[in-house]
Amino acid sequence: MRRAGSLVTAAAIVLVGTAWSVRSVSGSVARELSAREQAAHVLNRLAFGARPGEIDRVVAMGVDRWIDQQLRPDRVPDRDLEQVMAAYPALRMSSSDLLQEYPPAAVRLVQRRLRGDTMLTREDSMELRRDAQRNREFVSDLLSAKVARAVMSERQLAEVMTDFWENHFNVFIGKGQLRYYLPEYSERTIRPYALGRFRDLLGAVARSPAMLLYLDNAQSVADSGRPTLGGGGFARGRVGRAIVNRRIQRMDSAQRAMVEQVQQRRPRGLNENYARELLELHTLGVDGGYTQQDVIEVARALTGWGVNPPRQAGRGRGAQGGDGFVFRPQAHDAGAKLVLGHTLKAGRGIEDGEEVLDIVSRHPSTAMFISRKLVTRLVSDEPPQDLVERAAATFKRTDGDIREVVRTIVTSAEFFSRPAYRSKVKSPFEVTVSALRALGARADTTPFSASLVGRLGQPLYGHQAPNGWPETGAAWINTGAILNRINLGIVVASGRVPGAPLRGWPPFATLARAPRTEQVDSVIASFLSGRASPETREILASGNNPLMARATADSIMLDDTAAAMGMERGRVVGGGGGRGGRQGGFQRLPQLTGLPQVIGLALGSPEFQRR
Amino acid sequence: MHRRVFVKDGALALVTMGLSPSFLRRATFGARLEATRKGKILVCLFQRGAADGLNMIIPHGERAYYASRPNIAIPRPRSGANEAAIDLDGFFGLHPALESFERLYRDGLLAPIQAVGSPSATRSHFDAQDYMESGTPDRKSTQDGWLNRYLAVKGTCQECAAAEASPFRAVSMTPQTPRILEGPSATVAMNSLGEFTVRGAGDSAERLEALYRTGEADLVHGAGREMFEAVKLLQSANPQRYQPENGADYPRSQFGQRLREIAQLIKSGVGIEVAFADVGGWDTHVNQGASTGQLAARLTDFSRSIAALVTDLGDRMNDVVILSMSEFGRMVRQNGNGGTDHGHAGAMFVIGGAVRGGKVHGTWPGLEREQLYEGRDLALTTDFRAVFADILTKHLGASNLAPVFPGYDGKAFSVFR
Repeated sequence: MRRAGSLVTAAAIVLVGTAWSVRSVSGSVARELSAREQAAHVLNRLAFGARPGEIDRVVAMGVDRWIDQQLRPDRVPDRDLEQVMAAYPALRMSSSDLLQEYPPAAVRLVQRRLRGDTMLTREDSMELRRDAQRNREFVSDLLSAKVARAVMSERQLAEVMTDFWENHFNVFIGKGQLRYYLPEYSERTIRPYALGRFRDLLGAVARSPAMLLYLDNAQSVADSGRPTLGGGGFARGRVGRAIVNRRIQRMDSAQRAMVEQVQQRRPRGLNENYARELLELHTLGVDGGYTQQDVIEVARALTGWGVNPPRQAGRGRGAQGGDGFVFRPQAHDAGAKLVLGHTLKAGRGIEDGEEVLDIVSRHPSTAMFISRKLVTRLVSDEPPQDLVERAAATFKRTDGDIREVVRTIVTSAEFFSRPAYRSKVKSPFEVTVSALRALGARADTTPFSASLVGRLGQPLYGHQAPNGWPETGAAWINTGAILNRINLGIVVASGRVPGAPLRGWPPFATLARAPRTEQVDSVIASFLSGRASPETREILASGNNPLMARATADSIMLDDTAAAMGMERGRVVGGGGGRGGRQGGFQRLPQLTGLPQVIGLALGSPEFQRR
Repeated sequence: MHRRVFVKDGALALVTMGLSPSFLRRATFGARLEATRKGKILVCLFQRGAADGLNMIIPHGERAYYASRPNIAIPRPRSGANEAAIDLDGFFGLHPALESFERLYRDGLLAPIQAVGSPSATRSHFDAQDYMESGTPDRKSTQDGWLNRYLAVKGTCQECAAAEASPFRAVSMTPQTPRILEGPSATVAMNSLGEFTVRGAGDSAERLEALYRTGEADLVHGAGREMFEAVKLLQSANPQRYQPENGADYPRSQFGQRLREIAQLIKSGVGIEVAFADVGGWDTHVNQGASTGQLAARLTDFSRSIAALVTDLGDRMNDVVILSMSEFGRMVRQNGNGGTDHGHAGAMFVIGGAVRGGKVHGTWPGLEREQLYEGRDLALTTDFRAVFADILTKHLGASNLAPVFPGYDGKAFSVFR
């Protein structure tokens, strides 16, 4: 008797538990958006836009189930993308292999200098030019892959979150040799932790050569007069310095010049850059309650965190065992430190830095700062304060579990509210990728798409300052930007983007022969989520009716032109790396008519700029 | 001309967009027209890559210059020698490739400045450009550029209050907005005038414009409407074949053509106040050449383009200042590859009708070893902010520069009469 009773009780508990969890997913308040709107909304916010037929699929599956799936990307198969990524071998190489495979010009010059050559022969110049060209190729692979992933991956939320964190932990591809460390940064530092624990992500970034070089921590060493750990560094002591200087006096002028150059580059003392941005941009936020003294103490704690120079050709592995992160005890300031009220004992090494990362990731301001940024990206340019606070509470409760914080945000009533719906403006990256996805595009393995994003004002990995690209629309929308977005729509609709022929959009072939009004209805449904005012509909409809225009055949031929132009893996000159790739196909665009025109108008319309 | 009110959040409140017929008639080319806008104009040119100031404004009176650069120094001025420096004042000379600047110097329009630059010790291109464009050396947290802060702070002459409303008040002839113009004040970046239009035009453009006129007055619609107005404004003043005046001959290089378009914008009266362009190729670590070679080729294009702009603008140069800058200079001693490595102080040129040209400005610190910065570079005697502040106040008429160069209170400096 008792057992049955407890069984019933247990069953009741399980049932109640299930009901509770169901309610917590769908929210205790009825959502303001229809099922179809919710599907469009998640595809715009938690993905880079809907592919043909995808809204229907999400509606059929149920939006909550889709969200659940996306929150566990490791369980989402992504075979198509994996095949595409095989086309980018450079991205799987380690940074030291990249440096050997695609050496920067400086390396060849140093090699020549060491050999005693002083004049550049013609062969040398050509070799330098080839090096530069190959450098551009691997950089453009990097940029092209970022676009390709966003366009093709099934793990869309993971892509959105990787984009978010790459921006939060911004690095600039144009600085020094940072580009060699970018594949590692994107693939093995940010991506694996994008929905993981914030402390793990922070730690991976803090040790990444990309960040250590970008914010100069790699050359931050203890100020002279501070105690360091072991090693001492022969040349830094008084006796050592005297011996080294005597040696230098005996060198000839050319050798002395080289030594002096190396000495100029040797770090001289504490560098506060990373420490400051760690507090200001990565964790607490500028008003998070830290002082300039905290910045200095954090910088001291992080001395010694550096980059191991990659193995040179012909030499064995370095003492630390290869490339990447290295902790140099002789550069570490081993004095006691006081960081945000916490005392760090003297005499410790790498633990100082690790403890600082623990302290800042658990600071209450960090939970608020990160949550606010996430709510801004996912919900609204004016993040609702209550939602930010609930997300921060989740952050604190789960010790920085990003997945759970995102879950709190994207299952909230605010997320699915009418004011949030289509309230955000797409960034250049988002508008380009969503246009390609709307056409059912496959990956563009050339640099072309990435260069389009650059033309719209967001060269990938090209933001110089550490604060990253803005998360709000007002920063993106200005006179020139709108023009470029309109022109983007026309470029895409002319079928010029490799991997995105118009016939790749399933309805295209049949629809091209249909009357204009039917084309307009279909395009509005597909590209604008069915949302268009009567005036908009009329404006789009008032073009040439393809049944009457001889231009029909011409318009369909446009997408074959792109293929005929051979824009496959062949190198498009002037790749998209760094600032301002000036090509990008905005010249000599054909006049669009018929269905391509309707598509171009839709992609350039104000509605398409929103997500 | 009626005024357009541009509300900052992007929602454009059009008072009237009255382009009166007489305005259209006046905005044509070849005709001598009084500027519809009387505003002062600044053209900022950035030589990216650390241009070698010592081989641009040559201290031919310095023994150490020749001792340090056995293969790449420019010979002392000597009559009849094409490869020698063009003497300016008995101590300094111009690189022969800058010969287009000689006339400007003699006419009092050109003020070279030596030993000017950033106090920051950085020798990173990226950081140094960042500091020179943000206007805050050694501070990386600055999010906007000093020219953008100026736009927020300032005012030109009284009768040009209308200039503030123009979408073309600040134009950068670059594919993206440069750091120096980043910030909340509206600016336009365009690769070329011809591209500032809806491509593949025909009725697509009209339809798109109609799309942006219907619908809610929001950020996107507002910016869209404004864009179409700007395109029309530009097209009304931008016929297909622009004819430079006064025989100005722009080089066919990208830099030359960009300056030509800046001239077009200035003359068309669309309300430009600040123009920006940059030019690369200055990072001459290897084989920079001397009187001829890599650097000389860059300097030829550089000076001919600027000289063409000055010629083309003619009398308008009274209201225009052209300023060139570079993130730092290059080392005094040549390196082992026939070039020079990164240095410290560099050189600038200021050109304009109101400028006290015909003399080399700045304080020359000397090139003997003990006079060098860190024993290797030209020492800094004028902070770049002093030069920028001088131009912003004396030329463009800004009164309060504290927000533009926060934390700077350097000594006064002026190239103006």
